Amino acid sequence: MRRLAALALRRLLQAIPTLAIILVGLFLLLQLAPGDTVDALMAQMGGGDAEAASRLREFYGLDAPVLVQLGRYLLRLVQFDLGFSSIYGKPVATVIGERLIVTALFMTTALCFAFSAGLVLGVLAARRVNGWPDTLISTLGLVFYAIPSFWLGLMMIVLFSVKLAWLPPGGFGTVGEDIAGIALVFDIAKHLVMPVVSLALIFLAIYLRLMRASMLEVMSLDFVRTARAKGLAEGKVLRRHVLRNALLPMVTFVGLQTSTMLGGSVVVESVFSLPGLGRLAYESVAQRDLNMLLGIVLVSAIMVVVVNFIVDLLYAKLDPRIGAGAT
Amino acid sequence: MDLTRRQALLGASGTTLIGATPGFAQGQDQPRRGGTLTVQLTSEQRVLNPAIQASTGVYVMASKIVEPLVDLDANGEPVGLLATSWEGTPDGLTVTFRLRQGVTWHDGRPFTSRDVRFSAMECWKKILNYGTTLYQFLEEVGTPDDNTAVFRFSRPMPLGLLLRALPDLGHVIPAHVYEGTDIRANPANTAPIGTGPFKFAQYERGQFLIAERNPNYWRSGFPYLDRIVWRFISDRAAATAAIESGQVQFSPYSGLALSDISRLSRDPRFTVSTQGNEGNTAHTVMEMNLRRRELSDVRVRRALCHALDLNFFVQDFLYGYAKLGTGPIPSSSPAFYVPRPAPYAFDRARAERLLDEAGFRRPSRTGDRFAQPLKLLPAPWGEYTVNFATFIQQSLREIGVRVEIDRRDAPGFLTGVYRDHAFDLTTGWHQYRNDPAVSTTVWFRTGSPVGAPWTNQYGYNNPEMDRVIDAAATELDAERRKAIYQDFVRIAVEDVPLHCAVEHAFISVYSNRLRSSHNTPRWASSSWYDAWLAA
Repeated sequence: MRRLAALALRRLLQAIPTLAIILVGLFLLLQLAPGDTVDALMAQMGGGDAEAASRLREFYGLDAPVLVQLGRYLLRLVQFDLGFSSIYGKPVATVIGERLIVTALFMTTALCFAFSAGLVLGVLAARRVNGWPDTLISTLGLVFYAIPSFWLGLMMIVLFSVKLAWLPPGGFGTVGEDIAGIALVFDIAKHLVMPVVSLALIFLAIYLRLMRASMLEVMSLDFVRTARAKGLAEGKVLRRHVLRNALLPMVTFVGLQTSTMLGGSVVVESVFSLPGLGRLAYESVAQRDLNMLLGIVLVSAIMVVVVNFIVDLLYAKLDPRIGAGAT
Repeated sequence: MDLTRRQALLGASGTTLIGATPGFAQGQDQPRRGGTLTVQLTSEQRVLNPAIQASTGVYVMASKIVEPLVDLDANGEPVGLLATSWEGTPDGLTVTFRLRQGVTWHDGRPFTSRDVRFSAMECWKKILNYGTTLYQFLEEVGTPDDNTAVFRFSRPMPLGLLLRALPDLGHVIPAHVYEGTDIRANPANTAPIGTGPFKFAQYERGQFLIAERNPNYWRSGFPYLDRIVWRFISDRAAATAAIESGQVQFSPYSGLALSDISRLSRDPRFTVSTQGNEGNTAHTVMEMNLRRRELSDVRVRRALCHALDLNFFVQDFLYGYAKLGTGPIPSSSPAFYVPRPAPYAFDRARAERLLDEAGFRRPSRTGDRFAQPLKLLPAPWGEYTVNFATFIQQSLREIGVRVEIDRRDAPGFLTGVYRDHAFDLTTGWHQYRNDPAVSTTVWFRTGSPVGAPWTNQYGYNNPEMDRVIDAAATELDAERRKAIYQDFVRIAVEDVPLHCAVEHAFISVYSNRLRSSHNTPRWASSSWYDAWLAA
């Protein structure tokens, strides 16, 4: 256990220089974007005078030179203070905390769904390779992969919300009704069905293809032939010998794709009006809310580091030859 | 116009439906108490305090909770809300407001003239956009007693101007909550305390705002609704789905895609109309940078205007929900508008002739008249201004003027046009705020500092224009003021530094269950005290 903690700490320390470069780079990059948060605010208000604008710049601390602003930011950061959001008027950490729950729930569900469904379908396809189940599953995978998630989302809204009225068209929960306990869980689940499906399908297709290929590869290896020669039942060969080895590339991909999924969730969150991190990031760019954007990047980077750490641990679990200490 | 025909049809089909449903007719006449009205909004603003941020996006939520001194009645005339009567002195330097008695804030404290003084001096004059200009010469607000507020100006203030500006720039917030605090950072900005028919209940950023019925509202017996929920749905297709599935009953301020609006207008369950938005009229304009050599010639500017077939644009791009502009003062402003024909009728031959006269001949039959293409920055304010840019580009191509479009997001656009002046043409959305002096004349007056958004930043300079604008701003006689503004319109149209091409009000889409609505010129921004939902 202690070794694990030491490893986690080492990973985090290794991530610090990367994070610092990302943050400073992003800060400077955003200075190149024309306009600042006061311009965005003026645009949102639909007009205002120069006097009001200059007072607002003073209020947001934008009247100082860029390097001074950067210095102030970094100084706050080492004190674990992410600063104040100009669009929300609240500390960045608080806003991200609220949004993180939604995104974490949403993304974990989508990832689990994509992973498990992709796994099952991949195994089925590999077992009957070139048979009709394989053709059907592979074609479906191609279709899922080709459908843009926002379009799928909108089409599902039209069908399931407008026409059939089975599912709510958006939001994270029923607004204005006091519900708690199991009813609340059910309510949130109902709101998440369509977003999860539209985000997960592309990833499902990827996992499916990956699982199928990697199953086929492992099935042709010598130790599988040995296992069969030993007289093991086909099911047992698949579970104990093939599946476990075929899972390794899948797990690698999960680690890699957490960040891709964060990007994809921006679109889906907008379509379903989910108050998640992706939409927050988009709004922050549009509104030039620098503190918020830097905060989101920081939190996302930490998330990716954590997921990859878990993936490393899983490797060791799946294949004892890879020791956690060796990485 | 097509719009009226569409509305007529719509009304007819709506009536048939109501007639066919037993028990419905009674429900239509008799206001029903209770129910939750859910409103869709495309975006939310940073604060819910209309005393420090003047914007329809703030009013549509906050004006149910916080009230102004004055609103506009069904005929567009000022009517007292927190003020009951007013009186100006002949020199225009003093305006006395009598305030409503027996009004309490949502926290139980009484509303007094101290609140008015605080709002005016600390918020409207110092922070509020457009307020800082309007109240520039407001010296003090005297409070001889709890129910009287005396506004003293150092330069004459036309009473009509003040009264027409107050519905937007005159919301009163409680002094006892804000006094001695940093007003911009006060938590009440996102949890407002007001005197309105609805009380603030809950605000979840990015999701919804809820306001509950105020049982102690000063109009006894009102409001009818138990609760209002505003939901933020930024994706326009998803917003349409929300209204079609019945989750939302009202989408204000042209919040849906125009193609969807057009489709819903044929659906008998909904009303689609610009009625009730006349007080929020805007122009879609083409602004021209006079620093560009070719555009400094008025003949060239006129030629570009003549090249635009605006009737086609209105019918095919805006689905008929607009009409041709006649000048910077829209036809929805009876106090200042004198009917006149739309200038610069579509006439391609004339446009070409004007350009020839100005010395910009076509080098060949298909060649470009200008050595460099015109750089057009489309204003990112939605379909109207973005589509207009494409329309301009294609129309000008026909007269031998090449246009390059440079699309940017809002902060990039504002910086490019108003600070860096890095444009030749731009489209714009010019909101008219019931009196030309509030935010219309700044488009033509010189002297705005560089970088001030929504002002004359295209190098237009006509001393005669400046003189007319200044004379009108301090003219106390309403009739003479109106006459001076006709000179303003005439010069603006002749010089045409910007072309007020199309005039339009916002479009509201709402369920037929929503009653007593859209009966004042700025209904979406009003208090909704008498709105109710049919069963």
